[in-house]
Amino acid sequence: MSFPFPFWSLGGEHRTLGLAVAVLFGIGFGFVLERAGFGRARKLAGQFYGRDMTVLKVMFTGIATAMLGALILSGAGLLDLAAVQLRYPTYLWPMVVGGLVLGVGFVVSGYCPGTSVVATASGKLDGLATVAGTMVGAVAYSELEPALGAFPDSGKLGVLTLPQWLGLPAPVVAAAVVAVAACAFLAAGRIERLLAARGQDPADAPPGPQDRRYRSSQSGGVAAVSRSPG
Amino acid sequence: MRRGPDTFWNPYLAGIALGLVLLATYLVMGHGLGASAASYRLGVAALETVAPAHVHGVPALAALVRDRPPLDNWLVFEVLGVVVGGALGAWTSGRLGGEVARGPTFGAGRRLALAVSGGVLMGFAARLARGCTSGQALSGGALLSVGSWAFMLSVFAGGYAAAYFVRRQWR
Repeated sequence: MSFPFPFWSLGGEHRTLGLAVAVLFGIGFGFVLERAGFGRARKLAGQFYGRDMTVLKVMFTGIATAMLGALILSGAGLLDLAAVQLRYPTYLWPMVVGGLVLGVGFVVSGYCPGTSVVATASGKLDGLATVAGTMVGAVAYSELEPALGAFPDSGKLGVLTLPQWLGLPAPVVAAAVVAVAACAFLAAGRIERLLAARGQDPADAPPGPQDRRYRSSQSGGVAAVSRSPG
Repeated sequence: MRRGPDTFWNPYLAGIALGLVLLATYLVMGHGLGASAASYRLGVAALETVAPAHVHGVPALAALVRDRPPLDNWLVFEVLGVVVGGALGAWTSGRLGGEVARGPTFGAGRRLALAVSGGVLMGFAARLARGCTSGQALSGGALLSVGSWAFMLSVFAGGYAAAYFVRRQWR
């Protein structure tokens, strides 16, 4: 059950190989994000205006998939789940405040740190600007850290999982996560359709069959090709 | 099959693919994916080039460069892969090309200013929260970490709270 390339003890020859494997995982990650549409700020930001809930759908499906896979592989003795969870301790208050601030930065920039890299790779200058800002902000944190006192370590709960916290078996919590995700997907679809039907601003609605004017004016022949059925 | 720059994968299939990449990373590396740590290390490396004395004077920065060069880290290499994978995905779908993503009536300069500002906020926040949407919400969330879920819900809350004030950049 040991990890082939544990990131924390890569050494010597093995280290070079491990870093090459890391590049491969990154390629998979970046490719999937790009194909999901996450290289486009407008699509990502659409999550926060209700017009395009792709972020929610991709993210929660991804979480549910990896969660179920990890539970199954752990149950089969193929994954040391506790060892991976050890890398994700909870510091409640800095995580809540950090999440709020990151959410504001997300909607302001139109990207999250990972998707800004994907946008940069696909040629978006605003993606590059976001990456540059992220570098500055992260270094600024280190400069200002002494002034934050004990706050970054506040709400320290150690390695705490939802099943432990709720006192429920992990499969029950996993089933609940899947059920909540399914409900969120249904609600997201409704909100998208509602806003598209209202169609206040053609540029605000997700492109659909009813948006002939918007699509054809934006991308001409390509839109006609991409809409042909089959 | 539909093709073209405005066609994306079905979000649920993309999510399953994302989950499988993450699962493979858990299995092989014993760790999830990440993004902001690479930006941080790139920033530290840049600062070390222009102001090495300053880097060694700030405790957190000095600790990062003490044993190895800041870029000699698995997350930096993973994000290098993200650049390659992102470019591959864009190139093979006709989405590769220089532009500033924005609404038709919003100026490119103002849009870039917002992009930098949002980036600064996210860089700071990701360090405070010990991870971003990739390294904390996605990777820790799938492991059912309480802190990762608190972080994720807070990200959505922060985004929805601020969305109204920056809506014009997409008009």
